[in-house]
Amino acid sequence: MPSSPARYSRSLDWVTIGIYALMVGLGWLNVYAASYSPDAPAGFAGQSFQELMANNWFKQIVWIGTAVVLMVILVVVDYKAYDTFAYVFYAVVVLLLLVTLFIARPIAGSRSWLELGPVRLQPAEFAKFATALAVSRFMAGINLRHQNWRDQAVLAGMTLLPPLLIIASNETGQALVFGAFLLAYFREGMSPLILIILAAAGVILILALLIPKLWLIGGITLILGGVFLVNSRVMRHHLPLALSVWAVVVGMVFGVDFFFNQVLQPHQRKRIEVLINPSADPLGVGWNVTQSKIAIGSGGLMGKGFLEGTQTKFDFVPEQSTDFIFCTVGEEWGWMGSIVVIILFMALLMRLVYVAERQKSVFGRTYGYCVASIFFFHFAVNVGMTIGLAPVVGIPLPLFSYGGSSLWSFTILLFIMLAIDAYRKQDLVR
Amino acid sequence: MQYLEGRKYVVQTIFVVVALLFAARLFYIQVLDGSYKLAADRNSLQRIVQVPYRGLIFDRNGKLMVQNTPVYDLMVVPREIKQLDTVRLCELLQLPIEEFRLALTAAKTYSRVKASPLIQNLSTPELAAIQDNLIDFPGFSIRAHMARSYKTENLAHALGYVGAITPKLLESPKYAKYIAGDNLGITGLESFYEKTLMGRRGVQYRMVNVRGIEKGAFRDGEYDTLSIAGLDLHTSIDSELQQYGEMLMAQKRGSIVALDPKTGEILAFVSAPYFEPARLSGKGMGNRYMDLLNNPDRPLFNRPLMATYPPGSVFKLVNELVALQMGVVTPYTSFPCNQRLVKCTHRHEPPTNVGIAIKQSCNPYFYQVMRTAIMRGRSSNPKEDARLGLAEWRRQVMSFGLGQQLGVDLGSERKGSIPSPELYDKMYGRHGWNFRTIYSLSIGQGEIGITGLQMANIMATIANRGYYYTPHFVRGIGQGGPLPEYKERHYTNVDPQHFDAIIPGMQAVVEGRGGTGNLASLAQFGISVAGKTGTVQNAHGPDHATFAAFAPAEDPQIAIAVFIENAGFGGSSAAPMAALMMEKYLRGKVERTQWETWLEGDASKFIRKR
Repeated sequence: MPSSPARYSRSLDWVTIGIYALMVGLGWLNVYAASYSPDAPAGFAGQSFQELMANNWFKQIVWIGTAVVLMVILVVVDYKAYDTFAYVFYAVVVLLLLVTLFIARPIAGSRSWLELGPVRLQPAEFAKFATALAVSRFMAGINLRHQNWRDQAVLAGMTLLPPLLIIASNETGQALVFGAFLLAYFREGMSPLILIILAAAGVILILALLIPKLWLIGGITLILGGVFLVNSRVMRHHLPLALSVWAVVVGMVFGVDFFFNQVLQPHQRKRIEVLINPSADPLGVGWNVTQSKIAIGSGGLMGKGFLEGTQTKFDFVPEQSTDFIFCTVGEEWGWMGSIVVIILFMALLMRLVYVAERQKSVFGRTYGYCVASIFFFHFAVNVGMTIGLAPVVGIPLPLFSYGGSSLWSFTILLFIMLAIDAYRKQDLVR
Repeated sequence: MQYLEGRKYVVQTIFVVVALLFAARLFYIQVLDGSYKLAADRNSLQRIVQVPYRGLIFDRNGKLMVQNTPVYDLMVVPREIKQLDTVRLCELLQLPIEEFRLALTAAKTYSRVKASPLIQNLSTPELAAIQDNLIDFPGFSIRAHMARSYKTENLAHALGYVGAITPKLLESPKYAKYIAGDNLGITGLESFYEKTLMGRRGVQYRMVNVRGIEKGAFRDGEYDTLSIAGLDLHTSIDSELQQYGEMLMAQKRGSIVALDPKTGEILAFVSAPYFEPARLSGKGMGNRYMDLLNNPDRPLFNRPLMATYPPGSVFKLVNELVALQMGVVTPYTSFPCNQRLVKCTHRHEPPTNVGIAIKQSCNPYFYQVMRTAIMRGRSSNPKEDARLGLAEWRRQVMSFGLGQQLGVDLGSERKGSIPSPELYDKMYGRHGWNFRTIYSLSIGQGEIGITGLQMANIMATIANRGYYYTPHFVRGIGQGGPLPEYKERHYTNVDPQHFDAIIPGMQAVVEGRGGTGNLASLAQFGISVAGKTGTVQNAHGPDHATFAAFAPAEDPQIAIAVFIENAGFGGSSAAPMAALMMEKYLRGKVERTQWETWLEGDASKFIRKR
């Protein structure tokens, strides 16, 4: 426990808290705008609590209130608890995911919601911080650069178990978030080759959709052959290497093709196809992307003004207060507003990297990077999908999207980091 | 371990690159590419055209003839149909299942997601039968709009009808303001006064949500315009007279046109066979139109306006007037009834003046009148003399409004034909013809054609002693008067005193002993009728009967022309019919009902009686 609340408060990172507060505040404004109906202007007058709770903007106030309580608890708890109980949290979350899988009622095709009376929770949201804590704790005890395959296998297993359970509950989007951990692992010494290969796979996937497979292989062969010939004097000694690179790339082409056509479900395949050609199915899968782009694009430089958006207000954009909240930002606040949101995210991410880097412990630093990576992944995929740069993946925009589970989850992620950070000096003193 | 710290820059670079990529992409779609703004407006802005209330049509006594009633279209959105009980729906609609299937297929072809009319123009009772059950048929809905309905069973040919605009008209720039599915006047007054009747459309911009449900005015209605109702038309038709005329014309073919000579207002306009105007409105209108179109009696044919007949003996009056004006004859000129020139209709007293000639309709007399008028000795070559004479004659005759459109306020008016020297040159070669070739014109036969309306207008002109107002139906538009051109007098080339010279002869036709038009006499009421009978030889069976008149002779209030096809001698059928019409109009009632009985039945009875 802190020796004096005042001293403890001073050691908290108020910059992060400030950015957090700004984002939650702006987020609420946009949720209000997205759920505002000109027919029934929202207000408190003469409405009972039940009636008010029918509005997303009011429920979001409740979620923000509970999040404030949550953040106070998180920073007051002894920071060592997060280290000590990391595996316990992890075990509880895995258990919750398993239980959810069996008892959840399907909602919109996914069995990921746990219902406790009137409150609905999505354990997948909490799997993020628990997994982040657990892998950070584990990383503190190993060294990734030492090629200890056993440790690596355990780490991989720990990272993959929650997303596999989440995929089983049909929430693929939330599962993909765990891929963000790779950035943290990279910082801790993971080979950059893995990131490069993944990036290459992504590029090849897009290319494979645009160009017939054999042309693609032919093109790659030509490019590699060209590179080899130009540098033939040096490369002569590396013929086996060049051949193996070629083989890997061609293997990836087939692998990606197999993944795309055999592993992905038809609706997921469609979402990627639509990315390349939104007019392929304008009233079906392409609808979300098209309408989302129309909403954002119609915002112009300065936007239509608060509550003046027509596309978001009149339900042209689906899930406008949750996954597509950025459409409201884009339509009502224009490019300027969008840039403010992007700058806020960048500020938060940069600050998180800064905070992570000043940790003395591997645990603290790894956890910091995990938090930054998770925020980044959500930001990149969510905004990317609304402007047609990423496939439609149902994950929220952190601190902006409507929803209690997601707000809590990001609050927990962030404030555990702040709690750990606040105690770093004490660590030194002891 | 130290060098791993550098990796934070890699991570930060990844973050920044993504942020810059997003900023650039957003700049492109929000600021540079304007198409998204248009797409947003297309999404959420709906242009609603408010069709104004179409103007009403009244008769001369303020009696409502044409009004608007709501009718209903059954709309369908094929995609929204669920578990359709076709049999029950067809029972409710009283529609054969096959017809329903065809209509549904057509709707599906148009669009699966947009509403299109399945059955149009349901009446209020028909709507009531299905409205309450509509909830069981998802995908079906009702759209209300206004259609014409009629308080009169008459005057269909003049009123015309209203129908949906055709794709062909839509392409014409004149109809640029119309969109597919709009109604407009297709024929008759509805068409001629379309702009007046239609009013001005209002346009409202409404914001709609993704389901097309209205979400309020766009920018508080800044761009909206209100619709302005069409103006009412006050016609000069006497609907009782009109109804009476149609009744008299039952089972016959022909026309009656009655004018008020003092104004040119049309009092009655009968085209027989006729039909009720309501037949071309409402549900099943298309089928009924086809029935009328395929009817061998051609009820859609607007006879007073479009049927041109040789005028027969009535035209002798025009010839006489022209000759008087030329100064080649006087009212006291006497010609022998020389049957070698042309056969006369019957034996009669010698035509020692024009009065007797008109009363007896003496063919040789008017042969000689015309020959005098044509053969003026302008050229030593009699053939060239005939050419010059005919050209002069034609100019005079056309000043009566003949051989040209009078300019009535209905479309598709025929000009009729007054032959020119060039016509005969074409037929026989220049100087290949002489007066003997064209003498039929002297008794209103041959290469001459005039419409029923022109015939009535000749009577109005004689009644006015030399001028006419263009015949017209509409005496008041909205609160105003008729179109300005209908207030203008058109003078003939013939001086008033010449008209005075022939009117006694026309009175003698009706009232004189042995006059050809005695059956048209209204002397028992103290009304003097001036008229002229005509019996028109034609290529389509028995002669057409015609009678043209005006009354009272000294202060004319009605001018009338009656044409009855294939009814033989004009004096036996057309004359009494014209008299009944004049009696009805001038006295407001008909006492001589025995003549109604006389006129009953089809035209052939008059052939036998003759």
